[in-house]
Amino acid sequence: MKVLAAAAVALVLALPASAANVEHGKQLFGQYCVSCHGPNAEGATGQRYGGTAGRDNQILTGLAPSLHGVGALAADFYLRTGYMPLKRNGIQPRRSKLIFGERDLQDLIAYVASLGKGPPVPQPDPASGNLAQGLHQFTDHCAGCHQVVAEGGVVTGALPPPLEDATSTQIAEAVRIGPYVMPTFSKKAISDAQLNSIIAYVQYAKHPDDRGGWSLGHVGPVPEGLVTWFLAAAVLVAVCMVIGKRLRE
Amino acid sequence: MTMTRKVVRFVDQRSGSAPLLRKIARYLFPDHWSFLLGEVALYAFMVLVATGIYLTFFFVDSTKDTVYHGPYAPLQGQHMTEAYKSVVDISMTVKAGLLIRQTHHWAANVFVAAIILHLMRVFFTGAFRKPRGLTWMVGVTMLMLTLLEAYMGYSLVDDLLSGMGLVIGYSVGMSIPFIGANLMEWLFKGPYPGQHAFWPRMYILHVLLFPILIAVLLSVHLLLVAMRHHTQFRKKRSQSNHTIVGVPMYPGQTPRSLGLLCAVVGVLFLLGGLVQINPIWLWGPYHTYLSTNGAQPDWYLGWLIGALRLVPGFDVVIGNYTLIPNPFWGGALYPMFVFGFLYFWPWFERRLTGDHAFHNLLERPRDNPLRTAVGVWMVTWVLLVLIAGSSDRVYVLFDIPYVPQIWFYRFFNLFFPIVAGFGAWWVCRELQKGEPVEEDRELAEAQARLAAWSSRRQSSET
Amino acid sequence: MSRAKDILLSGLVLVASRGRRKPRKDAARIVPDAGPNPGAETAAILLLFLSGLCGVAFVVVYALDRIPHQTQFLGLAIGGAFVLLAAALITTGLKLIVTEELADEYPPNEHPHEQQLIADVVEESGSRLTRARLFKLGLAAAGGGVAAAALTPAVSFGPFLRIKYFFGTPWRPGRRLVDENGRPWKASDIEEQDFYTAFPENDPDREALGAALVLVRLPKASLRLPAELRGYDADGILAFSKICTHAGCAISLYRTPKFAPDSPKPALVCPCHYSTFDPAKGGRVIFGPAPRPLPMLPLSIDKQGYLRARHNFDEAIGPSWWGVRNRSANP
Repeated sequence: MKVLAAAAVALVLALPASAANVEHGKQLFGQYCVSCHGPNAEGATGQRYGGTAGRDNQILTGLAPSLHGVGALAADFYLRTGYMPLKRNGIQPRRSKLIFGERDLQDLIAYVASLGKGPPVPQPDPASGNLAQGLHQFTDHCAGCHQVVAEGGVVTGALPPPLEDATSTQIAEAVRIGPYVMPTFSKKAISDAQLNSIIAYVQYAKHPDDRGGWSLGHVGPVPEGLVTWFLAAAVLVAVCMVIGKRLRE
Repeated sequence: MTMTRKVVRFVDQRSGSAPLLRKIARYLFPDHWSFLLGEVALYAFMVLVATGIYLTFFFVDSTKDTVYHGPYAPLQGQHMTEAYKSVVDISMTVKAGLLIRQTHHWAANVFVAAIILHLMRVFFTGAFRKPRGLTWMVGVTMLMLTLLEAYMGYSLVDDLLSGMGLVIGYSVGMSIPFIGANLMEWLFKGPYPGQHAFWPRMYILHVLLFPILIAVLLSVHLLLVAMRHHTQFRKKRSQSNHTIVGVPMYPGQTPRSLGLLCAVVGVLFLLGGLVQINPIWLWGPYHTYLSTNGAQPDWYLGWLIGALRLVPGFDVVIGNYTLIPNPFWGGALYPMFVFGFLYFWPWFERRLTGDHAFHNLLERPRDNPLRTAVGVWMVTWVLLVLIAGSSDRVYVLFDIPYVPQIWFYRFFNLFFPIVAGFGAWWVCRELQKGEPVEEDRELAEAQARLAAWSSRRQSSET
Repeated sequence: MSRAKDILLSGLVLVASRGRRKPRKDAARIVPDAGPNPGAETAAILLLFLSGLCGVAFVVVYALDRIPHQTQFLGLAIGGAFVLLAAALITTGLKLIVTEELADEYPPNEHPHEQQLIADVVEESGSRLTRARLFKLGLAAAGGGVAAAALTPAVSFGPFLRIKYFFGTPWRPGRRLVDENGRPWKASDIEEQDFYTAFPENDPDREALGAALVLVRLPKASLRLPAELRGYDADGILAFSKICTHAGCAISLYRTPKFAPDSPKPALVCPCHYSTFDPAKGGRVIFGPAPRPLPMLPLSIDKQGYLRARHNFDEAIGPSWWGVRNRSANP
């Protein structure tokens, strides 16, 4: 009996991965994504779907783009960062806690990847990048929104996030996608070699050269001003108070 | 004869200064810690000069293009000005260079903070009243010069952040009606970024002319204070407009002042070594066609970036003539108004109250509700504009969207300071009203204690 | 032998105590006495020596390269030295030096007699002048003339009447657009959803405010260019001055939605004060303190597919000044 069970398990595990994944992925898609992206991931622009109201008809209230041809690259990015599923329409996707386990993630990504031909998950190689090139490229293309040490910034109507949690793969993906209102940088604009340098720089920026001491978040004058008043001035005023009382009451 | 006596004799025989030295040694300093705030500023200035002199031996005031080949990898092979490169070298290659550089920058920040604390103490206690109005104006002038001096100081480095700040300063200059463009062209030797000549100009202003100006004004300021003597709070009956009670310069005040000097120097060096400030190697070199998010001026100019962000987008145009370009309101008129207020307040207060008497005694803020209210109004307004200037970082940290914040501050900053001023006035009046009550209460308690003591004595005697 | 020892001992005592006078009796003292405070004294002495030690530590850290975090340890050493010295001095001042409380008279508010004397001397000295006002006018004239002469060399600091400099940019008819490496931009390089920086070909001065451009491509159908800018695009490629019309910062933010229905529309934004410009409407300001739209450079695509300027900007670029709306830029 045990031998049979073991053989069955071995058989299941030996089955080709893709076929099983995509089916499960479609199920998950139906659960979490259809209400915005449509039952065939064709996208929705806020119109109701389904002729008659009733329990069996899906009512789409969502706004979402079509996922045909976005490839594993996009699915991998949006799902692994927790940008998707989006809580409601019209808000900026944010990095959030994942609701899917690793197996489910792979299935869902495989399903989305199966919808038309799209780019695969990139395989960046930041080790081959050049740090100086990376800073130069990052300043040119990215610092305006993300701040030169990748501490995040502001654009009118959106919040380019800090990049301290971004993996090399996610950086590569984001650069190629341009999520939400971020520009899309194709290979023509930023080659794979340049991208490697940019990723190398972003990884460096997570723990940059802070030889001056406590880094205060690498954003410059605002925290420096807070230290001036709430640390230095406070201490010196305290010293004045110790020294100052001279006369007897 | 002791060594001391020998030295004193030597000095007096060669300079005749024993009577003066005796007067100085027995000059009386009033009680109260708040009188030391000006000293903190003075000591910070000394640190600035000392560390600044060191930096001048390493800084290169040239905007000629060069390529970096030093130890810091992210700048390897990059084009930058010689000025920027020299500061990267100070930070990375010169031993103790980064310590001195950071101490210098922290000293600048603390210097301005101390001046402002000192100014507020003088303002809210009425120390600027006759005969000290001139001393006050000298002080306000020093504040203005210091702000410019500090701005030039961190702009000399030519990093991405300060470069952005410099073009904004240029734009504010351009916005001066009628003459702005001419003035800026003259200063920069052409439209921005000007010629290479501009950098040595800014350098000599920062290391020679402004420090000399500030030092001279500082000497005049201290001389005026000493010649008129300090003011004092009235703590004892013996103190009055005619009689000052205090601690002599020597021996009482000297170790305290020296101690404060060492404390200021020590705190600044500790900051310079332990807390990173302006890590310019992380920003990269400045180019007119580059910029970064999150660029801010140093805190003491934060009120100006706030003002520039809050003023809505319009030029005042007559036909084809742009009479008042946009940056003028926030970048020039606003600081002119605040400094105008500071300069003219003593005169205005005299006119308002008709008080032309000599004052050597200080008022507590509550003793002058009108002045306190006006002061609170001004401080609140400037502070709110400064806070508005960092609303993008507030968005990043606390997820409050930027555009609504700006709209909020546009209205809030106009009416809330007035509310704060009225609130301060009311608090002063309430505190004043409470004082006779407080005096009566203390008197009653003292009488009760006395009665209890004497009754105990009586009962123990019987 | 013991006598020699006595002499030696007395000699040593005499030498050691030479110069130390006995303190005057209490009644004749200026600075009152208050008895010793051995605890505070010990503390102060200890702090002084510790401070000295920290100073030496600075030298040691400076000399030894192998000590890491040099800046931090150097700062701790010298900062610590001063803080300890401060503590020693403050202890001395508060606990070891007698705090005298003295009263003194403020100096007189003024000195009417001396004021009178000075004023008299000055006024009397001019008694031989019969035409005092004319004389004073002469002094003023001399002073004014000399002052004017003294200030005149400052004029050479820079031009201040050559306003045409503000209208000049390097863009000429037919000038090609190149990237930062000098490679000319082809129209096919410019893709939607991205933004690019361009410079004039063969112009070494990249830093001039009129040089840098920001390029974006929008679908032609989405363009709503005002009449005076109609046709300035090249197949939907738009070129704007990269310098913000508010205060001169480089415009390095491009907000471009992937999914229009729930995202804000495309915009070029400046990171300094968040002036926001609408490229589809020819650089119109949609938020922020910028007082003028972003100037647009008219583009054409040549036979090889490279982007070229058709002519210079119609208006002055960069921040506003009194003449910014006066003339069109030089062609």
